[in-house]
Amino acid sequence: MSLKSSVSPNYARRKAVDLIMRGLVLIATGLAIVPLVLIIGYVMIIGGSALNWEFFTDIYQPPMTVSMPNTGPIDPNDPFANLDLGALVGSEPATGQAGAGDEKGADILEAPPRGGVLHGIVGTMLITTVALLIAMPIGIMAGIFLSEFPDNSVATTVRFACDVLSGAPSIIVGVTAYILIVNAKGPDGQPLGFTGIAGSIALTFLMVPTITRTTEEVLKLVPEATREAALAMGATTWYSTFTVVVPTALSGIVTGIMLAFARGAGETAPLIMTVLGSNVLMTNLLEPMAALPLITYRYTESPFPSENTLAWGSAFVLMMLVLLVNILVRIATRNRLRMR
Amino acid sequence: MTTPPAPTKSTIHIRDLKPYYGKRLAVRPVNMTIEPNKITAIIGPSGCGKSTVLRCINRMHETILGARVEGQVLLNGENIYAPDVDPMLVRRKIGMVFQQPIALRTRSIFENVAIGLRLAGINDKRVLAERVEASLRAAVLWDEVKDKLNQPGTALSGGQQQRLSIARTIAVSPEVILFDEPCSALDPIATMKIEDLLLELRKQYTIVIVTHNMQQAARISDNTAVFMVDTDDGVPTGVLVECNPTSKVFTQPDDPRTEDYISGRVG
Amino acid sequence: MAQAQATRETFRERIAKRTQHGDGIFWGLTLSFALLVIVLVFAIVWVTWSDSQLARERFGWAFFTSGEWNPVETPVNPVSFGAMPAIVGTLVSSAIALILAAPVAIGIGIFLAELCPPVLRTPLSFMVELLAAIPSVIYGVWGVMVFAPFFTQNVAMPISQTIGQVVPWLGGDRVSSGRGLLIAGIILSIMILPTIAAITRDVLTLVPNSQREVLLALGATKWEVIWLAVVPYARAGIIGAVMLGLGRALGETMAATMLVGNRPQVPETLFEPATTAASLVASELVNAQTLIHESALVLIALALFAITLLLNLSARLLIWYMNRGPVGRTRA
Repeated sequence: MSLKSSVSPNYARRKAVDLIMRGLVLIATGLAIVPLVLIIGYVMIIGGSALNWEFFTDIYQPPMTVSMPNTGPIDPNDPFANLDLGALVGSEPATGQAGAGDEKGADILEAPPRGGVLHGIVGTMLITTVALLIAMPIGIMAGIFLSEFPDNSVATTVRFACDVLSGAPSIIVGVTAYILIVNAKGPDGQPLGFTGIAGSIALTFLMVPTITRTTEEVLKLVPEATREAALAMGATTWYSTFTVVVPTALSGIVTGIMLAFARGAGETAPLIMTVLGSNVLMTNLLEPMAALPLITYRYTESPFPSENTLAWGSAFVLMMLVLLVNILVRIATRNRLRMR
Repeated sequence: MTTPPAPTKSTIHIRDLKPYYGKRLAVRPVNMTIEPNKITAIIGPSGCGKSTVLRCINRMHETILGARVEGQVLLNGENIYAPDVDPMLVRRKIGMVFQQPIALRTRSIFENVAIGLRLAGINDKRVLAERVEASLRAAVLWDEVKDKLNQPGTALSGGQQQRLSIARTIAVSPEVILFDEPCSALDPIATMKIEDLLLELRKQYTIVIVTHNMQQAARISDNTAVFMVDTDDGVPTGVLVECNPTSKVFTQPDDPRTEDYISGRVG
Repeated sequence: MAQAQATRETFRERIAKRTQHGDGIFWGLTLSFALLVIVLVFAIVWVTWSDSQLARERFGWAFFTSGEWNPVETPVNPVSFGAMPAIVGTLVSSAIALILAAPVAIGIGIFLAELCPPVLRTPLSFMVELLAAIPSVIYGVWGVMVFAPFFTQNVAMPISQTIGQVVPWLGGDRVSSGRGLLIAGIILSIMILPTIAAITRDVLTLVPNSQREVLLALGATKWEVIWLAVVPYARAGIIGAVMLGLGRALGETMAATMLVGNRPQVPETLFEPATTAASLVASELVNAQTLIHESALVLIALALFAITLLLNLSARLLIWYMNRGPVGRTRA
């Protein structure tokens, strides 16, 4: 009858099971942390070391110089090799700048990294910002509709549509944008072709559900009393919504927009099918453009270490962007609302 | 194991018990004795720490984040807060029934009662069936559920679920059963059934019941402990005002604060 | 109850009330943008449906059981389109990902929700959410540059030279390519791990404390509380979490494209280049020279869309079902 010894015969076994299972759960957590820490660590260290002034201010420079002035590398396994990026985006920029002479004849696989990803940064910023500009009015207004007129068949369908959009693989959105825009016949009877704006529209599909649902959630958090106070003073619903309710929830809406931006900036698959990529600095949204995720993808597949370095650097920039946005959102919403 | 255990004679002494939430002392040092085979009621206004003290008696208090306990609780002379005591064994001997009727979801009525036995390593079907039936009979629920033992426990009414919780608790043959406002979520008829059941269980177990209902304490308890909130030093802290036989508490209390509370002047 | 009924006014009543204030325009404006969201979904459905029509009419259901994918006429092979290589690749790589990730991720969810010291809970949970937000191309970079060479050298080669001699699907003579379903599946498992873990943690924290206390008060160990009360209660939600993870693995494009090898044939071993539905579409659609090639790729995309949609919706339904509260709510 003691509290220290076993009252039931299986006491020792139960204690052992408890210990073992808790240990296993702990091991599972530790096990999962290993690859995740490795990935972040590699991107931080290799990607971080790829950064320098040139990385942010220069555009792509082919790893070979005067000895092979022709085009970028052609990877026989690369399905895009036959597209000939050089021809598509115009002539290669002048190569063989400072230091070219020293590299003459050097093994191309040992060429030091050179060039930068300015074209990708500019492209990603342009494509994602334009996508955001299209997605914002749709998402915010649809979110207002969902929160102000919540119980009707349209609202239910819109929520369902958001679930469909946010669950769809991004490749599907890419296919849709490719067929709807890139492959569509223009006024001259020719396909419209790869353009930055097609990428923006593809990203819009992915941003709208995030913004819509976040807006709805934060607007619902605005107390009914706040609305009623405005209405009691004789304001109309739209006036109270736009002057009282939306400003109250503004930081939450901005949060949704930031998350949508971070998601859009990292998307790769839709861009493969819409903006294609480019090795030069393009600011015209009606032409193929470069983008950081595309640079990361294409230069990872490259056999040239100098291009691989650019891929690591771009991965680093993308990861920092995502981490930064999420941390900012976390700080902004801490203890106020939970969001996913 | 198959026959119901003989009546237990377990006494609990609480010595200088100080429950904390983080740094905050919830109740001033408590000293009281809980007599065997009697119903001890703990009453007092909201926030006086009566549930906290109850949860200290089977080491459930410390399962709350940041909560801890100082002092001693002696079960038949053995301190349940001694460093080498396993709380899990304490809880097997001192069972607890909660305020909300709780049926474990995804489990049948039968399994809701059998789970404690399964924990104890009893897996023999015949033994389980016997013990479950005995417990359900003791909880006066058997006749209502004997034909639907495989239905989910959540399909029962609140009053039935509370008796199911009691059956689950007595199935593992504890020595003491703690009740934390067991009737506060129930209607008067269900409450009456539980009260009758408590009077029946008293013959076999030592019972402690927390209630906010003074009439209930007067109806069923043998001893009553009265707790009050003390705000003398700015921080509301629970304090044990008196612990006496129920008839004395309700007719000639030792402490004027008890009289104020019982006559409805405070709380 | 009164509150609930108040919000259950009919659509018409509510609109009538709002428009009394002269808010018709406001309503119409927000409504039109809301409808635009629905239009986006219709655009996807319409495009994938109409553009796959050619392939659907030409091949019918046999498309999904035919094993040959030869978009370009060669002296050896006639042109043919069959989805089997993509289906096999997608299912196998996702199954590998799920088998590797689900138990570990559920373990992490349990750790975060039930066992983690409170000090670590918030930062660790946040880290898991962050990992779920990292773009998949970054997992691809690491997979290609770091993991694939290491894995091929130290795991795949030794296995294929030993066990692979006996077990055909672990052998093959293309191991050195460093691409294949196993390696893609492993990277996919790392990617879906945070997704499953985060949702598992969320559904576990929704389990009412009362369910835990019942078991504790019966003298259960911490693990018994988790295994007998918490996990059964959240079972539907955990299954939902795993299904969302599976949906992500099936539809994941970049990591698969970069690591699976993009060889549209049904592979004989886990160590040779293969393809998945998403990576086949990503690597071939923009290069498709013939209408039927394009249409066949869109049909694969449509099938992928339908399957992930089904998975996501049933997962959401399960999680919603679990959150709804006790089955037969307490009736006093």
